[in-house]
Order: sequence, then structure tokens, then C-alpha cells
Amino acid sequence: MEILVCVKWVPDTAENEIEVNRDGSDIERDDLVYSVNEWDNYAVEEAIQICDKVGGNVTVVTVGDEETEEVLRREMAMGADNGLLLHDDAFDGSDGRGIATVLKAAVQKGQYDLILTGAQADDGAAQVGGMLAAMLDYPYASLVNKIEVDGDTLKVGREIEGGNQEMNAIAMPCVLSIQTGINEPRYVGIRGIRKVASVEIPQQGVDTLGIDAAMVGAIGARVKRLDYFVPDLGEGAEMLEGSNEEIIAKLIELLKAKGGLK
Amino acid sequence: MADIYVYITHKNGVADDSALELLAAAHKIDASAAVTAIVTGSGADLDKVADALAASYPKVLKFNQVALAYPNAEVVRKLLVNILPANAVVLVPHDTFGMDLSPGLSIKLDSTFVADVVDIEALDGSDLKLIRQEYAGMVSTHISADIAKGAVINVRPGSFAPDESQSASGSVEDKSVDDSDLKVQRTFLEVVEAEMGDVDITKSDVLVSIGRGIEDEENIEIADDLAEALGAVVSCSRPIVDAKWLEKSRQVGTSGKTVKPKVYIACGISGSFQHMGGIKGSPFIVAINKNIKAPIFQVADVGIEADILDFLPEMTEAIKAM
Ligand SMILES: Cc1cc2nc3c(=O)[nH]c(=O)nc-3n(C[C@H](O)[C@H](O)[C@H](O)COP(=O)(O)OP(=O)(O)OC[C@H]3O[C@@H](n4cnc5c(N)ncnc54)[C@H](O)[C@@H]3O)c2cc1C
Ligand SMILES: Nc1ncnc2c1ncn2[C@@H]1O[C@H](COP(=O)(O)O)[C@@H](O)[C@H]1O
Repeated sequence: MEILVCVKWVPDTAENEIEVNRDGSDIERDDLVYSVNEWDNYAVEEAIQICDKVGGNVTVVTVGDEETEEVLRREMAMGADNGLLLHDDAFDGSDGRGIATVLKAAVQKGQYDLILTGAQADDGAAQVGGMLAAMLDYPYASLVNKIEVDGDTLKVGREIEGGNQEMNAIAMPCVLSIQTGINEPRYVGIRGIRKVASVEIPQQGVDTLGIDAAMVGAIGARVKRLDYFVPDLGEGAEMLEGSNEEIIAKLIELLKAKGGLK
Repeated sequence: MADIYVYITHKNGVADDSALELLAAAHKIDASAAVTAIVTGSGADLDKVADALAASYPKVLKFNQVALAYPNAEVVRKLLVNILPANAVVLVPHDTFGMDLSPGLSIKLDSTFVADVVDIEALDGSDLKLIRQEYAGMVSTHISADIAKGAVINVRPGSFAPDESQSASGSVEDKSVDDSDLKVQRTFLEVVEAEMGDVDITKSDVLVSIGRGIEDEENIEIADDLAEALGAVVSCSRPIVDAKWLEKSRQVGTSGKTVKPKVYIACGISGSFQHMGGIKGSPFIVAINKNIKAPIFQVADVGIEADILDFLPEMTEAIKAM
């Protein structure tokens, strides 16, 4: 099975405080720690496990630049066979539709049975997978937390409200967006990362992909981010101050009053 | 202004809360818009939902077909593409169904998609200004969406106050389409219910809930100790379950359990909307987090800026010493 996994290099919200810069035009990018989008890591692990079972190759692809290319190396260190960087200045400022347009062109240059994305990335849109599927006219399922291969068909579980699971049969080729918890992504040590540090990664741009530059980038975007801000949500929590001892004494009183302590 | 449509999700003959939230959102786009509800399914349950909606929506389009008995997003998308007029604005809840349906729908309609909208500010010509959040709710953004060719807008559940005016006395129109137009490459098989697990967190008055801030599986002990001292039960956020440190039945949130305790102590939890969506009944929320900017401090009653690895054991000792 030939599997393409779409991956993105994102600021790690577990490692950074995300702050708005001075004029609100961006987040503060200095000293940001980046990592593989959490959902994409599960997607790559799933692809590797499927190929371990039924044979095949895993290709990881990102729409990015020389810096974000690091995401491909991380996933290749994990066990993906090939990397593909889709890079062109014309892609800058793309909205979700623009990213999906670029990925679609890459899919059509290859021969993939299965395309995986993460359920969502850093801006929480959860859109690229579904858009890509619709552009390709492939069937789609989102929030997938189980995949069983059965010939040309997959049996997939989708996570729905309440932790219930919706089981579907879906024909290949198809696009699936992967939910966290589907597997346990393997740990990649520094040795693994060194091994792929100097691997040559092919790049494709507007011309090689045959994309109309007016459909992507800031020009093609119908959705634009105007600014970043921190909303004023009113009072928020009453912060307990003082030494830990004092805080705990206050907290115990509050808990008693609210029925949290008998 | 183009026509505004709302896709209604429902279960057991009752419309989801989002039905009236999206009506309010639609009126924020255009206060004078005649908003149409679209409801799909089959049988008596569907009729009940449609009739109830007519109190709030001037027009309800009801699609009663066997192929729509279960809301398979691929089938619903086909239907909507067939029946929606050009340049329609469609509102959909940003839940597991809306995430499945909407991005692809916008492509098929050649309209603009905006995901997980938390507020709507203004419509100026075809430029719709909206508010979203990014980076797990740590920052917000103003978004400008060009809706000249229509739009599919996914609205975050709970972010608009429901429009409960019931001022419509609308009509229900029975619609149907050819079943052969609803053929898709994805077949719904069954719903597998979540497992029960060893403890029922929904029954406890007090929950000590841990998130990624617990850092290590071994540290869960300190939450167990505090829960024991308080006579509480330990629950958690999703990453703890993904890491297989606790059972799924302990997860609070939209894809976990809905809890209604008296007191909820959130330890090392950032406060994502999917997590908070599982906490109902306005409990007294205590948030303990080492990052003063964590979104949870916006929704908690009481906040403590502290490292839970130090704070929880100290608190346990103090309670035991009482
Ligand atoms: C479709 C979908 C459904 C989802 N359903 C759910 C759901 O049902 N339930 C759920 O919980 N999530 C759900 N999520 C995930 C959700 O979006 C968040 O990713 C998740 O809730 C974050 O969990 P967290 O707060 O524990 O982790 P994080 O967001 O990483 O926050 C950890 C917090 O701990 C703090 N911290 C770190 N170390 C310490 C320390 N030593 N002491 C004190 N504080 C510390 C940090 O400052 C941070 O605020 C869902 C996501 C999707 C896409
Ligand atoms: N720049 C990108 N390059 C490759 N894949 C991407 C990119 N942006 C988003 N994706 C994929 O789309 C998924 C959902 O992201 P989003 O729709 O942005 O929330 C991610 O998990 C990735 O799999």
C-alpha cells in the first residue's frame, strides 16, 4: 500500500507560552520551540504500522520551507520511507483551501492508495483533510481512531461524542484524518534523527506541480487573519495569593463551603 | 445578502442545543435574515424535531429518507450540494459531525469555509468579520472571510447564547430527493458504545482532574492521594488517556464523559473547549496551573498559580492533618 501522510511543523503549545507580539500582527516567534503537529505524529505511526502489516511505503509531505522541512526528517527518523517538500514563495499566506490545493497537486503526481492527515493543527481548523478529499473526489472520514485493512476497503472507526465510535466501511483511495490515541507513536531517539539528517529531500513548487499561482497563497486566500489578540473575558478566576500554606488554608475553607470537603 | 441556512443535528427526536445557538449566530450575520433550518433523518423522530424547530425558524426543510437515517456526513454532503442555492451561507456546529461534513462541503459548493468560529462581528458587503481561537485557545484572531460566493461556517458549540424567543411559527416543508443521488463510497456500519470502566466519574460530587501538567505516569499517585483525602475521584483530560495512563472512562470532555460534580479541581489542565464542554451544572471550579496565562483561569472560580507536583502533596498533607 502506498500511503501519503500530510504533516506540519508547529509551535509546541506544551513547551511554549504563546504570546501576541507588540502590534498584534503575529505571535511572538523568538525562541519558540517547534515540533511535529501532535495529530500528524499519530498519523505517521499508523501509516508505518499498516505498511508493516500489509507491505508498502510511507511518504511524508509538508507545504512549507527549508526550516519547516525538519518535520519531514523527524517523521523519516520515525520510519517514513520518503519525504517531499512542497515549497514556493507563491504558497505564502495560503488559507486552508490553498494548502489543500497544493497537496492535491502533489497527490495527483503520485499513486497513493491512502492519504492521511492529522485531525487538526495549530490553528485548530480541522479543514485540510476534508478539503483535499473533496478536491480529489475521494471519500473521506475524519477523527479516525481505528483502521483495519480489508482488500480495497478499509474498516475505520471515527471518534464521536461521548467517546463512542462510529464504524464505517470506506473504499480506497480515500483520505482519513487521524485522531490522537489511535496508537502509541514510537519514540525517536537522537540517533534516529542523526541518521536522516543529511538525506536529500526532493522539493516541488508551482511549476513542477502545475498549479495556478492565483489559486494559492495570499492572492488566492478567501479567509484572512487580520490580527492576533488576547480577549478580555471579564473577571476570570479569583486568584489565591500568599504562601502555599496560606493558599491551602483558604482553599480548604472554600472547599468546605462548596461541598468539596466534609 | 444571500440566504442563510442552518444544518440541525438531532438525536432521539430532540434537536441539539446548537439548533438555537446557530440561529442566534445567523442573526449576528444579518439581523433581518429569514433563516432556514435543514433537518435530515427518517421516521417519527424526524417529524418531532422538524415541528419543534418551526417555533424558532420561519422555514424548516425536512428530508425524510432511509439513506439519511444515520447522519453519514458523506451522504449529507451530497444532499446539501444538490439542494442548496448558489452563494448560500450555511451554519453547522463545530462538533464531530460538522468537522466531518463542512470542509468538503465548502469545496463542493465552491464557497468559503471558516472553522470553529466563536463570535461574529460584522458583515460589510461580502466581507464577514469573525473571531476564532488558535494555539489551543491561548490567543484569539480576527478573521476576514470573503463570502461573495457563499460560505460554510462551523460554529463552536456553546459560544452563542441560544435564541429562545420562539417567535417564528414557521412552516415545515417535506422534501425528498432520489436515493440514487445519495450514493457514496463510505458506508455507515454501526456505533460502538464507549466502555463503562471501573469507576463512574459521573457519580462523584468531587473530582480531582489531571491534565498533561502531571508530566509522568508515576506522578498520578499524588492525585490519587489527594482524591483519597478528599473522598473524591480522579478524572482527567484527553492526553492522559491517549498516553494510556488512565482508562478512557475517566476522561472528561466532548469525546469523553459529561460530569456534573459540585467541585471540580483541574490540575495541570489548560482548559480547551473540548475539555470544558464535558463539565456541566456550573460546579465550583478550582484551577491549579503553573502558567498564569492558561485559558482555564478565565473560566475557573478560583485559581492557584502553582506547580501541581509540589502543591498537590502539600494540600493532601494539610487535609490529612485536619
Ligand atoms: C475532536 C476533539 C475532541 C476532543 N475531546 C477532548 C475531550 O473530550 N477531553 C479533553 O480533555 N480534550 C479533548 N480534546 C483535546 C483538547 O483539544 C486538548 O488538546 C486537551 O484538552 C488538552 O489537555 P490538557 O489541558 O491536559 O493539556 P495541555 O493543553 O497541554 O495543558 C497542560 C497544562 O498544564 C500546565 N502545566 C504543565 N506542567 C505543570 C505543572 N507541573 N504544574 C501545573 N501546571 C502545569 C500547562 O501550563 C498547561 O496549561 C479533543 C480534541 C479534539 C480535536
Ligand atoms: N502546511 C501543511 N503541510 C502539510 N500538511 C498540512 C499543512 N497544514 C495542514 N496540514 C494537514 O492538515 C491537517 C489538519 O490541519 P488544519 O486543517 O490546518 O487544522 C494537519 O494535521 C496536516 O495533516
